[in-house]
Amino acid sequence: MSAAAPAAAERPILRERGQREVFCGLTGIVWLHRKMPDAFFLVVGSRTCAHLLQSAAGVMIFAEPRFATAIIEERDLAGMADLDEELDRTVSRLLERRPEIATLFLVGSCPSEVIKLDLARAAVRLGSTRPQVRFLAYSGSGIETTFTEGEDACLAAMVPVLPQAAPDAASLVIVGALPDIVEDQFARLFAEIGIDNVAFLPGRSVRDLPPVGPGTRYLLAQPFLGTTAQALEERGAVRIPAPFPFGAEGTAAWAGAAAAAFGIEELALRRAIAPARERAKRALERYRPALAGKTVFFMPDSQLEVPLARFLASELGMVPIEIGTPFLHRAHLAEELALLPAAVTVSEGQDVERQLDRVRAARPDLTVCGLGLANPLEAEGLATKWSIELVFSPIHGFEQAGDLAELFARPLRRRDVLRV
Amino acid sequence: MQLAVWTYEGPPHVGAMRVATSMRGVHYVLHAPQGDTYADLLFTMIERRRQRPPVTYTTFQARDLGTDTAALFRDAVISAYDRFKPELMLVGSSCTAELIQDDPGGLAEAIGLPIPVVALELPSYQRKEHWGAAETFLAIVKKMCGRLQPATERKPGPPRANILGPTALGFRHRDDLAEITALLGRLGITINVTAPLGASPADIARLPDADFNIVLYPETGDDAARWLEKKFGQPTIRTVPLGVNATSAFVAEVAALAGVDASGVLADRDSNMPWWSRSVDSTYLTGKRVFVFGDATHAIAAARVARDELGFEVAGLGCYNREFAREMRAAAELYGVEPLITDDHLAVEERITELQPELVLGTQMERHIAKRLGIPCAVISSPAHVQDFPARHSPQMGFEGANVLFDDWVHPLAMGLEEHLLAMFRDDFEFHDDVGASHLGPTAFAPQREDPPAPDGRWTKEAEAELRKIPFFVRGKARRNTEAFALAEGRSSIDLATLYDAKAHHGR
Repeated sequence: MSAAAPAAAERPILRERGQREVFCGLTGIVWLHRKMPDAFFLVVGSRTCAHLLQSAAGVMIFAEPRFATAIIEERDLAGMADLDEELDRTVSRLLERRPEIATLFLVGSCPSEVIKLDLARAAVRLGSTRPQVRFLAYSGSGIETTFTEGEDACLAAMVPVLPQAAPDAASLVIVGALPDIVEDQFARLFAEIGIDNVAFLPGRSVRDLPPVGPGTRYLLAQPFLGTTAQALEERGAVRIPAPFPFGAEGTAAWAGAAAAAFGIEELALRRAIAPARERAKRALERYRPALAGKTVFFMPDSQLEVPLARFLASELGMVPIEIGTPFLHRAHLAEELALLPAAVTVSEGQDVERQLDRVRAARPDLTVCGLGLANPLEAEGLATKWSIELVFSPIHGFEQAGDLAELFARPLRRRDVLRV
Repeated sequence: MQLAVWTYEGPPHVGAMRVATSMRGVHYVLHAPQGDTYADLLFTMIERRRQRPPVTYTTFQARDLGTDTAALFRDAVISAYDRFKPELMLVGSSCTAELIQDDPGGLAEAIGLPIPVVALELPSYQRKEHWGAAETFLAIVKKMCGRLQPATERKPGPPRANILGPTALGFRHRDDLAEITALLGRLGITINVTAPLGASPADIARLPDADFNIVLYPETGDDAARWLEKKFGQPTIRTVPLGVNATSAFVAEVAALAGVDASGVLADRDSNMPWWSRSVDSTYLTGKRVFVFGDATHAIAAARVARDELGFEVAGLGCYNREFAREMRAAAELYGVEPLITDDHLAVEERITELQPELVLGTQMERHIAKRLGIPCAVISSPAHVQDFPARHSPQMGFEGANVLFDDWVHPLAMGLEEHLLAMFRDDFEFHDDVGASHLGPTAFAPQREDPPAPDGRWTKEAEAELRKIPFFVRGKARRNTEAFALAEGRSSIDLATLYDAKAHHGR
């Protein structure tokens, strides 16, 4: 790190309130239902919720996906008793159609929250008559959750049903949905480092949940898991503070924090991670000429903005101008904030029109933004990277460091190659 | 409560957005939570619009509910007016705001903006996207023309027509408009106003100047046309020019109404379609069983074209918009089929599976269904995805539109001679039932096949297992790259490290 960074506590944060241009937490279902093939997600909401789910990610490639929407209609709004009955009827119909469902998440939405439909209570009620299915409830509503916070709410809802770990069992739980291939890489990495008892939340099956207890240390793989972390702490688990595993150095520091917590010797750690770390560095080296010195502006989206900006600045020499994030978890991001260059503005919340004014004034080389804004900014001559790809692609860990750099380099390279 | 996986239509406020986005000088302030902003991407991504839709969302949060969401709405209206200076403002609620009952119309009225403000009442829990678009368009027309009186005297000049119904995100609306505008030009008819697409509020106020209205898209335009008919006595052309025959009928009707001579246009129809359909190569199309589904207007027209102009047999027909159930039932009777009127795509899938047609003409939903069932498919109606907004001029309407219909519907089918070869050599490694038409490439039906086993024992078990985790469409490349890398490095065995060394070496 070249510039001396102020401590996280000193860094001024630009806080804004106004129109937000972000997804709601329901969007998390798009990747959570792929990650947990034995779970089903039933959104209790409106036609808008169903329309969002099918529009947000272009996921219609899935024959019959493991999610659906129970669309509230006019007659359901007449009285709450009817609504409970309707929900039971809808769930019965779903279970008839999909008898293989073992875990059913009831997912709250804006309308269900506003009419105060208690889905946690509904989960208990439904579970009492259908013992073969586990019912869990969480809210992915846009009035409470922004984009990735839906995953946070989902995982937090799973924490109370995690098995109790034996009091003396030391274990490591990696928290945050990761693509299967990344999960396998991390499992191998920690085995090589010498940490044996490693589990993932969520894992690939909701039936096979990691035990948790006072002997559990957990390591966040994603920066947006505040509520889940709190729920784990309530079960006695202890967080290992670390930067997030993006890039060669981010991943080394992340794995290193776990190694230190488990008393692994520094030398053993270095030896274990050296080949992968070197590979990651070599992969990144190729992108450095294209990215070094280029300015980047992050619009708020997934809460990945701070760690990604740190990665781009410290490992590729990019120059962040503004790092917008929908919510800044100061404790979980303390290590990341300390590594950021001093000059960058960190903003929390959004007033999209004012923020776009700042983008236009700064004319960054690359703007990381949502799908609603990308083409309009490109039409104004500004290169963009759609942020949703950063949530849907494998970007964590040593072996994906080059892929992550590629995601940022490609829009710039494309502008160079086009002669039209 | 309705159980839905995919929906054919969005909520009604998305219909209102389609109208707002179509027009110039209009801004829509929508009382809605943050998640509802997803709707912007329909326009900027699917339709590749260069501007954001002219919509300001209040994006209220849970913590605002206890305090003053009405104030939030008021502030949003004022700042949207200051920033965008629209000529007309639409205000309304999305599904969630409808529940908190802040009365956007009353609040906006109280601000006293110096422009017309249209308060939209779009019941989200009853109605859907097309209804919302039609209602919004009608509300704008009423606002801008409500106080005007029918002209006592016709303004001089050639016959003038309005074209009603085209909107943003409409299926080929851009190209249909170009086609029909040119066709009307050949007839000597002037376009007075096209709306909502491309119109400003001032243009809407000029609608009464036309001699008659043409409704190209009844789903979005007919409510306004009926009101104009009643208020200003403007007659309406409702024949939708999809297909050669319907286009000819449309031309004749328009000419009769406008008092112009259509014989030149009808004699020189400028369409290859009738001959392409009669040429011997098309013989194999005869009696192909086709299933048709979409919005009622496009589905009814497609069924007619399929039978009369391509010689197909209509095996099934339906639509997702119940508002047009009557028209759909009448059409289905023509083909002796049971109409399928539903917005449940699982019911549509069931019907297609049961009918096993040879071609499906539908929406993007039917494209996915057909792909799974291995049936060729062409898209004829919204909802459509990004590939259905082509760069080229590709109308559905008019004589050129009929050419496009021929190409688009025939192209997904196996070609005549190839079809014979398929039947003759069922087990041929290239021509067999599991592959698509050869001109569509090897992935036409995307059957998922396993790679052949590794050519030698160089791959370790773990590395081979890892390779399988790579998506099938890049797996072959990853494998070739890794083997080439191992060879160059002189490694005798390919283990996990080699796989990832190669990945780092080759990049991407």
